[in-house]
Amino acid sequence: MQAYYLKPPNVSWGLLFPLAWTGMFLIRSGQDSHSLLSVLPGMIALSVLFGTSSMLAVAVTFEKKAKAFERLLLSPIPLYLLMLAKTSGAVLFGMFNALVPVLLGFWFADLSGADWGMAVPAVLLIAVVSTFLSLLLAILATEVFEVQTLSNFVRFPMIFLCGLFFPVSALPLFLQPISFLLPLTYGVDILHHAIGGEQLLPPSVDFSVLAGFCLLLFMLSLRSINKHWIG
Amino acid sequence: MMNIMTGAAIRARGLEKRFGDVRAVQGVDIEVAAGELFGFLGPNGAGKTTAMTMLTGLSRPDAGSIEIGGIDCSKNPKAAQHLIGVVPDESNLYPELNGFENLCFSGALYGMRRDERRRKASELLELFGLGAAASRKFSGYSKGMKRRLVIAAAIMHNPPLLFLDEPTSGIDVESSRMIRSLLSDLHRNGVTIFMTTHFIDEAERLCDRIAFIVNGLIVRIDTVERLLQPVHGRYALIVSFSDAAKVPLMDLERAFPLLEFHMLPGGELRVESGEALKTGALVRFLEEAGAEVTEAKKRVLSLEDVFVEITGIGAGHMQKEKEGRGRR
Repeated sequence: MQAYYLKPPNVSWGLLFPLAWTGMFLIRSGQDSHSLLSVLPGMIALSVLFGTSSMLAVAVTFEKKAKAFERLLLSPIPLYLLMLAKTSGAVLFGMFNALVPVLLGFWFADLSGADWGMAVPAVLLIAVVSTFLSLLLAILATEVFEVQTLSNFVRFPMIFLCGLFFPVSALPLFLQPISFLLPLTYGVDILHHAIGGEQLLPPSVDFSVLAGFCLLLFMLSLRSINKHWIG
Repeated sequence: MMNIMTGAAIRARGLEKRFGDVRAVQGVDIEVAAGELFGFLGPNGAGKTTAMTMLTGLSRPDAGSIEIGGIDCSKNPKAAQHLIGVVPDESNLYPELNGFENLCFSGALYGMRRDERRRKASELLELFGLGAAASRKFSGYSKGMKRRLVIAAAIMHNPPLLFLDEPTSGIDVESSRMIRSLLSDLHRNGVTIFMTTHFIDEAERLCDRIAFIVNGLIVRIDTVERLLQPVHGRYALIVSFSDAAKVPLMDLERAFPLLEFHMLPGGELRVESGEALKTGALVRFLEEAGAEVTEAKKRVLSLEDVFVEITGIGAGHMQKEKEGRGRR
C-alpha cells in the first residue's frame, strides 16, 4: 500500500478533489448548521467514492503493468482472498478520506447528535461497494488514466443521482428508478439517517441492499478476473 | 533443495490454445521427469510462452490436460502452485520495494514465517551477488540484477519445480553466466527445471532434454545427446562470396568428392565433412575458379544445425532474434 498512496492520480482525484468539494460546500453553507448537516453525508460519500476508486485504479493498473499482479496470481493464495487483500488497501484509503469532511464537519457544525455507530459501518460498506465497482472497471483497462476516465462515467452521474446533495425525490420522476439501481443511494441514505438530511428507506433495508451489492460486485469481479486475466 | 516429486513433474496431454483464429499451441504433449532440466526451444511466436502460462496456471487450455507433480490442474489452474516457482520473461517485482523487501514479500506469499523469509532473503541476495544492493529500490537495478532478483524471488519458497521464460534474454554476459551457473546448481540439487529459450547454445549446454516448437507444434523432443548424434564429429565451413553466381558447384563436387556442398538462401556456401576441413585448399580452388571469397568460417556442427535441419528455420533468423532481444 505504501507504494501507491502518494501517486499523482491518488493525490489529485483521491485527496484534492474531495477536499475541494468539501471546502466549497462548507463555505457555501456558511453558519447554517442545518444546511451543513444535510450536505455532510454527501461529502463523506463523495470522498469515499473518489478515494477508493482512485486508489484501486492506481494499485491494480500499476501492478498489472509491473507484472506484479501476475506474480500474485501465481501464488497459491485463493483468488477470492487475493482480491480481498488487494482491495482492502483501497477500502482503508477511502475510509481515511471520509475523515476529511468529518473533521471539517466537526469544526463547522454541531455533530453531537450524529449516530456514529450507524455512520461508520455505512462508510465501510460504501468504501467496499465503490472499490469493487472500480475493480470491475480496472480489470478492463491497462492504463491509470483509462480507469480514471471509465470511473468518471460512473462517479459523476452518481453524484447527481444518488441523493448526495439533494434528495432523490427532487429528481425528475423518470430518473428516480435509476437512483435505486445505484448502490451509493443506499449508503448515502444511511448517512442521512446517522447525521441529518432527508431519509428514503429504513436503515435495515439500506444495509441489506448495500451488503447485497457488495457481494454481487465481488462475485462479478472474481468472474471478470477469471475471464480476463486467467483466460 | 531436494525434489519432493517422483515420477513425472509435468505431464501435459493434447494442450491447445487459440487466440481468435490463431492456434498458438496445437496438441502439445510434454512429459518432464522429476529432477530433469527440460528446454523448450523455438523462435519468437512459436508458442513457448503460451504453453508455459498454461502449465503455470496463468491461463486455461482450450483443450488438453495438465498434471503438475501428480496434481490434476486442468480444472483448477491454481491447484499445484505451491509446488512451482515461475520466472517470467519480464520483471514482476515491485519497483518501489528494495531487493530484500521484494524477496521477503515473495516468501510471505507462500506462507513462510517472518524470521525464515528474512534469513532466506539474505542468503539468496548473497548467492545471487546482490548483497550490496539489498537495500536499493528494485527500480534502480540494472537489467541483469533485476533478472537475478526475479529468479531469487521465484525460488524463495524452495519449489521443487521451476519454470523460466527466456532466463538470459536481453541481459549482460556476466549476469547470463551467473544465471546459467545457478541453474546448473539447482539442477544438481534435484530441482526440476522447465525453461523456454531461443538461445540454442544455451539449451545445448544446460538441458537434459529439449523440445523444438514451431508454430505451436512440437516437432521433436529428445535428449541433447540423441539430438546431436547425426552431427557428432561433423564439421562445417560457411563460405561467403562477393558474387555467389560465380561459385562452381559442379566442379567443387568433382574435386572434393568426400565433402557435401549446399548453397544457402543468402548466397553462402555450406560445406560439411566428417573430418576436419582443410580451408586453404578449398578457398584456393574457389578463387582459381573465379569466385571471390570474402569470408570463410569453420566450425563443429552443433544443436543449431540440428534445429535448422528439423524445423527448417534458418540459424540466421534465430540469431537476429537473439541480437534483437539483446539490444532491448
